[in-house]
Amino acid sequence: MKKETLLNAVLIALFVGVALAAWIMDEPYLITLATKAAIFAIAGVGLNFALGFGGLVSFGHAVFFGLGGYAMGILAFHAQTYTPILEWPFAINGTRSMPVIWGVAIVVSAVVAVGIGALSLRTNGVYFIMITLAFAQMFYYFAISWPTYGGEDGLSIYVRNEFPGLNTMDPIQYFAICFTLLLLVLFCVHRAAHSSFGLMLRAARQNEERVQAVGHTPFRLYLTAFVISGAITGLAGALFADLNRFVSPTLLSWHTSGEIMIFVILGGVGRVFGPVAGAALFILLEYVLGGLSEFWQIYLGAILLGVVLFARGGLYGLIAGREVAHD
Amino acid sequence: MTDPVLEIRGISKSFGGLKASNNITLDLRPGEIHALIGPNGAGKSTLIKQITGNLTPDSGSIYFNGQNVSHLSTAARARLGMGRTFQISSLAMDYTVLQNVVMGALGQRGNIFRFFNSVMKDADLIKVAEDALEQVGLEDCRTFRTSDLSHGQRRQLEVAVALTLRPKAFLMDEPMAGLGAEGSQRLIGFLDKLRHQAPIMLVEHDMDAVFALADRISVLVYGEIIATGSAEEIRSNALVRSAYLGEGDAA
Amino acid sequence: MSLILLAEQTLNGLQFGVMLFLMAAGLTLIFGVMGLINLAHGSLYMVGAFAAAGMAAATGSFMLALIASLVAAAIAGVLIELTVIRRLYDRDHLDQVLATFALILIFSEGTRWVFGSFPLFLDKPAFLSGTVTLPFNVEYSVYRLSLIVVGILVAIGLFWMIAKTRIGIRIRAGENDREMIGALGVDISRLYTMVFALGAALAGLAGALIGAIQSVQVGMGEPVLILAFVVIVIGGIGSIKGALIGAILVGLTDTLGRFLLPQAFALILEPSQATSVGSSLASMSIYILMAGILLFRPKGLLGGA
Repeated sequence: MKKETLLNAVLIALFVGVALAAWIMDEPYLITLATKAAIFAIAGVGLNFALGFGGLVSFGHAVFFGLGGYAMGILAFHAQTYTPILEWPFAINGTRSMPVIWGVAIVVSAVVAVGIGALSLRTNGVYFIMITLAFAQMFYYFAISWPTYGGEDGLSIYVRNEFPGLNTMDPIQYFAICFTLLLLVLFCVHRAAHSSFGLMLRAARQNEERVQAVGHTPFRLYLTAFVISGAITGLAGALFADLNRFVSPTLLSWHTSGEIMIFVILGGVGRVFGPVAGAALFILLEYVLGGLSEFWQIYLGAILLGVVLFARGGLYGLIAGREVAHD
Repeated sequence: MTDPVLEIRGISKSFGGLKASNNITLDLRPGEIHALIGPNGAGKSTLIKQITGNLTPDSGSIYFNGQNVSHLSTAARARLGMGRTFQISSLAMDYTVLQNVVMGALGQRGNIFRFFNSVMKDADLIKVAEDALEQVGLEDCRTFRTSDLSHGQRRQLEVAVALTLRPKAFLMDEPMAGLGAEGSQRLIGFLDKLRHQAPIMLVEHDMDAVFALADRISVLVYGEIIATGSAEEIRSNALVRSAYLGEGDAA
Repeated sequence: MSLILLAEQTLNGLQFGVMLFLMAAGLTLIFGVMGLINLAHGSLYMVGAFAAAGMAAATGSFMLALIASLVAAAIAGVLIELTVIRRLYDRDHLDQVLATFALILIFSEGTRWVFGSFPLFLDKPAFLSGTVTLPFNVEYSVYRLSLIVVGILVAIGLFWMIAKTRIGIRIRAGENDREMIGALGVDISRLYTMVFALGAALAGLAGALIGAIQSVQVGMGEPVLILAFVVIVIGGIGSIKGALIGAILVGLTDTLGRFLLPQAFALILEPSQATSVGSSLASMSIYILMAGILLFRPKGLLGGA
């Protein structure tokens, strides 16, 4: 078995193992940590689709994370206050059904991604990085100044939303929901990476001229990847907001964008399971180092610096070596 | 005379005060190898870029198989059958040899927006890819990473990818560049047979290859075609001799 | 809406703009010459502000505080250049973004560790306090006016340096062709370190100058950093002239936007709505401006070569 596949399996086992062990030992806090890691992993898998496969350095992916979060927040808020979101031209009411919320989060993120992507992909290099950041900042400041949904203070949702047949307030059950979604996303991304689209997209990242020479336009590939990427990260945002039962503009900040990038790079850019390792490492560091010192982010910074300078391939690069060609 | 596959009509391009292409008219006929030669800085690369669509001419037009392609993108022209190889190998370096060629076959087939198929296990694509690799002699290297290939092998791979496109014409920019004597000989033999699949417009500096292969030769100097003709005609053309050798020299 | 208020806000916009220019000039030089995206620039701004506050508290002298800010920021700049930054010149933008983001974390939390979370205070010097009456009866803060003057002087100084001095020539050559000037025997490493230190010093100075009218606290550099990037993207990366134009544009847009938009909306919406919609739009205005410019000039106003 290839080292990479082995590491993938180990990671999955680790997630399930930690959650189950925490459940048996009745440590709900640890289950919550595992859930957080799973959600961050989804966000990272989303970014990795555009960044790792497409080479698109988006420094504004928090916009999708935040859109997903606010989709949850707005729908649940109107449900819990029994007010409609829109009365004219047709009535839209809030909802507390998770599948519906996820659907809205995904669709809204995808639509916004079409807009941001179509405009941003007209630039490249550092300009692309900056314009994606700019769009995220627009939404960030908008959220801060819009008082209806809490503005800077954010919005609290009293009770976790509903999933048919499950008690979502039970930590292990919510973990199961998030982790299952993670596995689903990983499956789809894995298939996409090995598909016709994946072959062309990853070729475009390496050499745009070559893709044109075989008759196709990189722009369409990139835009598609960007939209899929945004939709996945949007789903993560909705899950995260539900986990904390709280949504605030911080989800849209560039710090959040940076953190999502950290998940991707810690695990290994371009590896399907990379962000899973990266998110797990990040949560581990936050928990372990945070316990040692209030200023744990200094150590996070140092580790990140070390990885960028000396272990460029992230955890997967260290353990599984150079990426094996998919044959 | 059968219709030319590729027609370049009156192409002109200036960069500021420099006229890189000055009213160039050329064509490429079925079954021929048409070599484009000229001293450094003559504007050969600029011309190729205008044919493939990477550069827009200031005036003039390009006709491919009777169709005006002057306003089409590079990708669109590639889809119509312009098979191009690059002066500096332009391949997906992290991919294996097979992946690069499958990519070409996939590009030709179209419909790249499929997300759930296993492209490297697609029997049709693999067949086309392996045929192309066999033609250029790289079939034993299919699992090698492209970045690990030698310079000559990369050239071969470029040609293989071009083959998968089932091109109606080849545009080759200095394919001999960097090849040793043996590699050049092999490529010359290969190109000789290739012309029957599709005509080749060949930019080259290697005069042995040019005189061995070319049915017609066009000479480009300071952005202008100063002569077009058979090898013999070009060899004895006074203008060409002075352009290459200076005034009053015997070859 | 009084014209005097408008004039005052315009001057504020100009002042904001020239301070942004101090940040942006360093950033655009560093990117133009070394091809490096430096997110840690905001941290150098912060270092300058803290050094100034510390020196002012120790000696009571504003002038010494400014000198301290220049020196401290330059030293911090040289230190990170020698240890981290020079390993990033050959790397791709993603690596540069991540590595300098890591530096932000280290600087911010490190400063919080040393100085705590409470803001420090830096007082304006006595000889610059108070207001002055300008033409048309506009009363304006002396300090802010002097910031505008300082900014213009720095701009003139930079233009002179780039155009007339040996190092300026090397900078211009380096922007055009890095490998070439190395081959011509110019000591690239030293040039890069000096450019980085210069950018850092400018950032530190800006931090100290602004620190006197706002507060000195951890994280103060980040909003300014983002705006500085917006400025250099608008102006065109690598162009100091572009940075100046971009900075003034951004400064005016932001300040006047915050002032005018709520008032404009008050004409059609009720007051509380007008304020919130107006402020939202004002905050977003800079980014809308940048996105708009990039769509018509994908390399900024004066960028691209």
